This record gives sequence, structure tokens and C-alpha cells, in this order.
Amino acid sequence: MKELSRINNFYHDDKVMDACSLFGMMDTAGRRFSGKEVIEAIANMHVRGNGLGGGFAIYGLFPKYANYYAFHIMYLSREGQARVEDFLEQKFHVPHAEEVPTRPIPAIVNPPLVWRYFLEVQNEGTNSQSEDEYVIDRVMEINTQIEDAFVFSSGKNMGVFKGVGYPEEIAEYFCLEQYEGYLWTAHGRFPTNTPGWWGGAHPFNILDWTVVHNGEISSYGINRRYLEQFGYNCTMQTDTEVVAYAVDLLMRRHGLPVEIAAKVLAPPLWSQIERCSPEEQRIFRTLRQVYGSLLLNGPFTVIIAHQGEMIGLTDRIKLRPLTVGVKGSVLYLSSEESAIRLVCPDLDRAWIPMGGEPIVGSLEKPLEPARHCEEHKRRGNL
Amino acid sequence: MKTYLPPKFVVERDDSRCIRCEVCVNQCTFDVNSYDIEDDEIKSREENCVGCHRCVVFCPTEALTVRRNPLDYRENYNWRPEVIEDIIKQSETGGVLLTGMGNDKSYRIYWDHLVLNASQVTNPSIDPLREPMELTTYLGQKPDRVEFSSVGLKTELAPQVKLEVPVMFSAMSYGAVSLNVQESLARAATEMGTLWNTGEGGLHPKLYKYGDNTTVQVASGRFGVHPEYLDVARIVEIKIGQGAKPGIGGHLPGEKVSAEVAMTRMIPRGTDALSPAPQHDIYSIEDLSQLVYALKEATNYTKPVAVKIAAVHNSAAIASGMVRAGADIIVLDGLRGATGAAPKIIRDNVGIPIELALASVDDRLRQEGIRNQASVVIAGGIRNSGDVAKAIALGADAVYIATAALVALGCTVCQQCHTGKCAWGICTTDLWLTKRVNPDIGARRLSNLLRGWSLELKDILGGMGINALESLRGNRLHLRGVGLTDTELEILGVRMAGS
Repeated sequence: MKELSRINNFYHDDKVMDACSLFGMMDTAGRRFSGKEVIEAIANMHVRGNGLGGGFAIYGLFPKYANYYAFHIMYLSREGQARVEDFLEQKFHVPHAEEVPTRPIPAIVNPPLVWRYFLEVQNEGTNSQSEDEYVIDRVMEINTQIEDAFVFSSGKNMGVFKGVGYPEEIAEYFCLEQYEGYLWTAHGRFPTNTPGWWGGAHPFNILDWTVVHNGEISSYGINRRYLEQFGYNCTMQTDTEVVAYAVDLLMRRHGLPVEIAAKVLAPPLWSQIERCSPEEQRIFRTLRQVYGSLLLNGPFTVIIAHQGEMIGLTDRIKLRPLTVGVKGSVLYLSSEESAIRLVCPDLDRAWIPMGGEPIVGSLEKPLEPARHCEEHKRRGNL
Repeated sequence: MKTYLPPKFVVERDDSRCIRCEVCVNQCTFDVNSYDIEDDEIKSREENCVGCHRCVVFCPTEALTVRRNPLDYRENYNWRPEVIEDIIKQSETGGVLLTGMGNDKSYRIYWDHLVLNASQVTNPSIDPLREPMELTTYLGQKPDRVEFSSVGLKTELAPQVKLEVPVMFSAMSYGAVSLNVQESLARAATEMGTLWNTGEGGLHPKLYKYGDNTTVQVASGRFGVHPEYLDVARIVEIKIGQGAKPGIGGHLPGEKVSAEVAMTRMIPRGTDALSPAPQHDIYSIEDLSQLVYALKEATNYTKPVAVKIAAVHNSAAIASGMVRAGADIIVLDGLRGATGAAPKIIRDNVGIPIELALASVDDRLRQEGIRNQASVVIAGGIRNSGDVAKAIALGADAVYIATAALVALGCTVCQQCHTGKCAWGICTTDLWLTKRVNPDIGARRLSNLLRGWSLELKDILGGMGINALESLRGNRLHLRGVGLTDTELEILGVRMAGS
């Protein structure tokens, strides 16, 4: 069995540490757009990374194959590819497979071979598991047991593109200007000491959940031990992985709405809770009592995305930056306001959210600029 | 019989400073000092001195020095002075040697081999003087998840107890310690938002008003257990064992059972109060479950039920059983836990270090997915806020302190608790002595101690870049071991410093 932690966490540190630039852009009306502006914006924050990792997540990417799990897999050898393809044939129906198009550029050295597969779960294989659980198990199986192969994207109608390099170089390498989606997130990475490994770049993905993350989570040790009780193995040993699993546990398995999940990850202070209404007090107190071990402590900004939704969140005392911009039905999230202004100089509004306040863009509730403004006025954010 | 025991201490009196005020005569409860009117001189019977330093502290002219008697036997690592003197004592008495306080042997103190982390560069440390820093802790059973219905929060939690600081005062019974000591503890706990513990001697009616900050104990003697006792408390604790004397019962001699102690314990005045070694209605885990639920029924499920055991070899399996038996809080009392009286041979040789017990219990409960079903509280030798922080990082929800609290009240750990002659007026029911602890001052000293530790804990957390205690709890990545073997590191779940 191969140990991903050995690959991603070469020096066997407590965890992999990095800092970063983040950008997210979503048209809440569901219109798909090219990555040109996203690439331009993340490139504007070049100095927040150090060229050891860049990546993108794109939603609404494969309308033609929208109902198939789109596995994106990196291979270090042809043997790895052969083994995985045998495995996929056994475990799934594979209606289509292709090599992910790339263009050689000088900045990208020793890239792995990257293929994508559209997969359908066949009922007889699943043993009464849900399809999602089945897919998660197969991803873990490939990533921990098949040499020279790593699944880095496994959701439906979405894809992750990432590697070692600056994000604009990764975009150029994967020809991202040619793709369209209604939601893009992007990440430029500044790891402190990890040797570049393509799988270690952000976004981190499981099913259609992606996380891009800036910060260091000082509560990592207990977050991880708590999640292990629920069967999550933190194979990558990164903060980002913990965020992804925490969100998966809270939202998918425990069925909590995003606003509540955000109050678990970045809860109000006890003294703030005491100033809430009695019902809110009961809710917030219960959440902290039950999920105290999931509090993400220490500096972080994350942009979490899944089908139809993009969420921006910072730690509760806001030790990492996040700026929000709105133009029409488009929601921007960025580490720096300048990156948003670069691609959209005439924003309807831009503001800096409070620490721990989730910013949610959703296809179900498309932004109407006026209403959004009113809401924020009411919440005292203007 | 002529005793062969040499004096342990030398009492030196600087005659040029001594003003013959006889404070040392009056303060000493071991009949060391006496005034010879003919010679106009204070004399000392040094063989009686226990080294409690009461006279030294209270001498108004600082004329006194108490030193260890430098009587050296021929050097022999096996036959050390303590070993020789224990044999002398037994050959002169023919009995079980009794002692007080906790194990004083050189077993490894793991706290001293664990170091804490701090933030540098990649994340900012937080200044607790300028930023919020949260120590609030809730003890009690927690569910696996929170559920909402269409109208709001559906999940109802089992009773939870809020602590402003994760340090509680451990069980010390009325009879072992005085009412003034208990009142000092109760008032300090109330002021600081934590709990004190009655021990197994019942609760004096005078202290009922501190009930919201009181843990009442139900132990093998069932002294003073009645409906009001349970109703007035915040937590009910079943005592199975004690770190200082695992597997051993208790014996409060009749001399200490004064009228008030007798009333509180519900026993005749002057009779020995004997606590059996086991609880005679608990011979197995299912019996424990029955008592847990009997107490929950009796208190209408309004308060958590804790179960306290001594840390022993199979603590992890036992703790797991306790959680499954319905305990909301499990208390582990380690090798260095103290006592008012215990057989010395038991105190010094039975039980395991609390650090190892805590690490293995926390691990086991997590492996079984039941860690949230009970809070874990540890006791036994916690000396300062550094120990507290390390205990929390290993996985404790809160800690108990008792020796440290008594030291705050004047105790110098002279280990004479079992004699009932405590010169500091702590571990005695002699009314002439108990007034030496003034509850006004005692409560202030104890509050100060907890306040100091709280500030230090906040500094420790802030240094790690953490602003809530729950992010340190069980977070062993913030610990590193120094000078430990691989096996020790593995059991503690901690990496070697530098790795």
C-alpha cells in the first residue's frame, strides 16, 4: 500500500503548511463563462504564491456528460494508467475517456500524464451503499493502493486542474481559456517546505466538493482526530483536507445547512452567544458543545464549492483576508480586492465580510444586486 | 520501647532574635516547642518535628530555621533511609504504616517530559490582553450530531455543566478536611465559575447555598447521601476508587467524628466512619450501570452523573465500560493522587501515572467512537497551568486539583494528614486548629490561584495561535516529548521533540 502522506508530506511534518491567494467567481444566474477573467485575476496575485502550486475548479464543465462522475487522474507511469484503467473497467461503466488536453510550456517541468474518465456506477457493485459513498471508496482505493496514480477530481459536471507552477502557468498548460463554467475557483500556493507534488496543489476535491484554502489551522490535530472517528482518513495531511471532510460531514452526512455549518467551523464567541436571542443562544451553544472539536482555529480563508453553490468563509477573528464583490448576478470572492477590480472595474458593491461570516452564492438564490445590498445593510455590513 | 528513629528535622533558633513570644509553642501541633520558664528559653523536641514550617512562617522575628537532619547512614541505594526507617516503625508498632498526601516516589512525571508548541511566522500568535480568549468548557454527554427540524433545533442535550476555567477542586470530605476548608473551596469555586467536590463525607447544610458549584460524591460508605444532598448538587459523582489508594477503602477515626461531622455523615458521634473497599452493590459493570441510572432517576435526569476510578492497568477498557454504563463524566485519578490517610505501601506502589492513563483512555474512547458520550476529567498531581494545558492537549476535558488547592491554603505537603494534627488547620476537625483557615482569606487565596492559572492558560493558548480551549483539547500535535522512549511516545500519542 502506498502512503499518500509520504508523498505529500515528504518530511513527515505534523501537517503540510502553506499560504496562498484565492479567487472565486460565480454567476448565480447559472450562465457559463470562460476562465479568461479568473486567470487574469489570480495572476494579479502572483506574489502571494511561490510557484509550487496552482489550481482551478470549474463547475458546469461537462453539460454533455453531466450525469457521469468525471474522474481526473494523474499518472506517473504507463503501468499506473494500465492498472487504473483495468480497475475502472471492473468497478464502473466507462462511456468515455480522453487525455486531458495540454500545451507544453517552459515553466511546467515533468508534468504527469493526466486523463479524464466519465463513469457510471453500476448497481450490482455497490452493496446497498449510496453511489456517492461507493465513489468515495473507489477514489480512496486508487489513491492508497495503486502505484503511480492519483485521482484529483471525482465530481459530476465539474473538474479540477492543478499542478506545480504558478496558477497562470497551470491555466496555460491545461488550456483553461478554452473551458466554460458558471463557477470557478482558483488558487496560488506558497507551501513552506513541501517539495512540489502535483496532487498536493489546491483545489482539494472529493466528489463535487472542492476547497481552496489560505491559512494554517492550529486546531488541525483535534479536527483530524475528531474526523477519524467518523471514518475519514486524512491521507494528505493538509489543513485543506480537514476542511473538506468537515464540510462533507456537516452538510452531506449530518444534513446541516451551509449557514449552520459555517457556525460550526467559525463559531461566535461565548460572549457573543450570550447576547443573542434565547433561541439563537440555544442553537449556537448546542453547536459548540457538540462540534467543539471541529472549530477551525487559527488563520484561514476558504472558498468551498459544490454543485450550484460557492461559500467564502474566514476564521472568526479574521486573520486571513477575504473581499467580496458583486456585479449583477456575479459574485466574486478574492484574497485581494484589486484582483476583482482588475477584471470588473465597475462593481455594484465590494466589501470585506466579518470574521466567521459566511458569504454564499447559490444557483437557487440568484443574486439580485438591490436585494443583496439591502440584506447586507440590514446585517450591518455596509 | 526505646525508638530507634532519629529526628527527621533540626529546629534552629537564633537566640539573639527570639523574643520568647511563644508563637512557635502555640502554633506547633506536634509538641515540638516548649517554653522553659526557669531558663527563660524555648526548647525543641526535634524528634517530633514533621517539617511543616508552621512555626517558621509565624515566628514574628524570623528566628527559626527548620532543616533536614543531616544524619547520614552508610550510603546504600537499596537500603535508603526511608526504607530503614519504615522497617524501624513497623518493628516498633506491628501495624500498617499510614501516610497522607500523594505518592512521593521518583516515578517519572510525564508532564516534565512534555513540551508545548507556539506559533512562529506561518500563523500569528494571539495576544490574550487584546483579543478574546475562551476557556469555557461544558462537561456532560454530547450526541454524535446536531439535528434541526422545520421549526428549529431538534437536538436536546443531556445536562451540561459550564466551567469558566477547566480546573475543579477535587474530592476532600468533611471530616478529612475542616468545614472552613470546604467553605473556602465552595466560595472560590462559586466566584471563579467552577466546581468543588464534597468527597464522601456528605454536605454540611451551611454549604447548601453553594450547590450550583458543588459536586456531591456517592461512595462506598454512602455517608450523608439523602435526597436533598443529591438535589442541591450540580454533579453527582460515584466514587469507585482513588489514585492514592486504589482498591482500598477509607477509615475516618472516631476521634475526628465531631458532632457536626456526625450530623453531616449521618453516623453516631465518635464512631469510626468506615468506607468499604468496594461499593457492595457494585461488583460488576452492570451493577455500576444500575447505580448510575438510580442516581439519574433520583435526580430526574437534571444533572450529569460522574464515575471516578483510580488509574490502573486496564483503565482504558474500564473507562469504555463506564461510558457504556451511562456515566456522563469519567474521572481518572492517577498514581500521584493524594489522600487524607492511606496505607503507605498502597500509596507508593499501586496505580499508574495519570498521563499514560489519560492518553490511553482518550484513544480508546475515540477508537470506539464514544468519546463524545462522556467528558474526561483527570486528577492526581496537577501542579500548575502548564500541567493543565498538557492534560487538555492529551485529551482531558478538565482537571481536578486538591493538593495544589491545599498548598494555596497553607499546606506544605508534610504528609501528616492521617494524624489529624495538621498545624495549618486543614486536614483536621480539631476546632482549635480549624479556625486557622479563615474562609474569607482561604477563598481569596484559592480564587487567586485559579485566576493566575486562567491568565497563564490564555497566554499558552494565545502563543499557539488558538483562541478557544476546545481547539487544544485532544490536540496532541501541540505536544512533543523530551527524553521518552518510543513506547512511551506511542502510548502518549506524541512525537519526539525535533521530529
